[in-house]
Amino acid sequence: METMADRDDETRGLLDVTLTLNGETTSVAVDPAERLLDVLRYRLGLPGTKEGCGEGECGACTVYLDGLPVMSCLVPAYQVRGRRVETVESLTPAEVANLHASGATQCGACTPGVAMTARWVARHPELLEQHTVRQLMAGNLCRCTGYDGIVEGVEADLAAAAKTKARGARS
Amino acid sequence: MNVLLPASLEEACDLLAEHRAVPVAGGTDLLVEWPQQLDAHRRTYLDLSALEAELRPHRLSDEALVLGALTTYWDVLQDPAVRRAFPLLACAARQVGAIQIQARGTWAGNVANASPAADGVPVLMAYDAVLELASRDGVELVPLASFYRGYKDMRRRPEQLIRSIRLPRRRYDLQWFEKVGSRRAQAITKVGAAVTRSAAGWRVVANSVAPTVCRCPSVERLLANETPIAGPADLLPALRRDVSPIDDLRSTAAYRERVLARVLYWGLRDACPWFR
Repeated sequence: METMADRDDETRGLLDVTLTLNGETTSVAVDPAERLLDVLRYRLGLPGTKEGCGEGECGACTVYLDGLPVMSCLVPAYQVRGRRVETVESLTPAEVANLHASGATQCGACTPGVAMTARWVARHPELLEQHTVRQLMAGNLCRCTGYDGIVEGVEADLAAAAKTKARGARS
Repeated sequence: MNVLLPASLEEACDLLAEHRAVPVAGGTDLLVEWPQQLDAHRRTYLDLSALEAELRPHRLSDEALVLGALTTYWDVLQDPAVRRAFPLLACAARQVGAIQIQARGTWAGNVANASPAADGVPVLMAYDAVLELASRDGVELVPLASFYRGYKDMRRRPEQLIRSIRLPRRRYDLQWFEKVGSRRAQAITKVGAAVTRSAAGWRVVANSVAPTVCRCPSVERLLANETPIAGPADLLPALRRDVSPIDDLRSTAAYRERVLARVLYWGLRDACPWFR
């Protein structure tokens, strides 16, 4: 139970943050000004999340916060207390295989963020009732591929998921 | 940087009465400044993230939609009943960045950030939104249309927190929204407009063409009087009374004025038989 006195102490210095990071309970003390992006990269040893623009435009730093993609450069680290964060390190090679196969990556700067949003879309085919793949991927800028490879990779994932589901329904 | 962490709305109001603090919701506007700007570090912030149970839910009734202080764009996009009752909210929410911003950004934060280019504000204003400002002294209701006094100047006292945004339910026979940016997605608005028509009359709201998001009363009168309009140029005299666009890094005054007249003309032409 957090008391007012505890919080007064916290406002004078570091804030203790306990979160579920890639499925494991993790604690870290952060300065109130620190961004989630920096805490992941420089304190928690997860440099897979990249900084692109640092102002929420490019999506390279995309992570999941309570299951939804967010720009980790725009999340104050102290705000993830008690929450669930997943980074690109949580993805398996199989989960990014279609992106590799479709030429969704060239220079690689945007890839960790692209892979995170792409995987979120692939896991939630119901989103396609309201949005197109391109709309859902619009928060991830890529200056190399022209996006076609990215969209193809996501569509291949969705097709594979639909096939698995159909097979499950038959058996 | 000093961050205050209230555990309830009551405590938040007490802290706001005692400290000059900037409320933080999703942080999508505030965090842009945090890495570089020293001023951002000298401020005291009031974090609202522990108040989600109290401030995030939205309620749709027969009378109104009430958005909480922490209701996000994504929350609205995920609610089919809200999308049906207030379709322009969904149009605007889709234009506020992509999922990464929609998941974190809040309607109240968009109002309080007071950007003239805010994408969420025009549609709220076109639906006659009323802000509920809470403080230790009680609650004050302020219509959004009279909330802004000038650039980043609001009728919100430092000790007041936007607790909710109330949109009355009406029967609309016209609801229209347009945003013009440098690209289709993830772009800041160069020119934007939201228009509604109900028994309460016309509401024409523009953004990025004045120091604040604003109603366009001259254009509203022109439409209410069914004044014949032969082309975009016929809207310009009224528009010039209502808006005052400037040249800045994103566009020019001349472009903004011309494009606003064009998007309004082509957007409303089918619904207005007196447009030729």
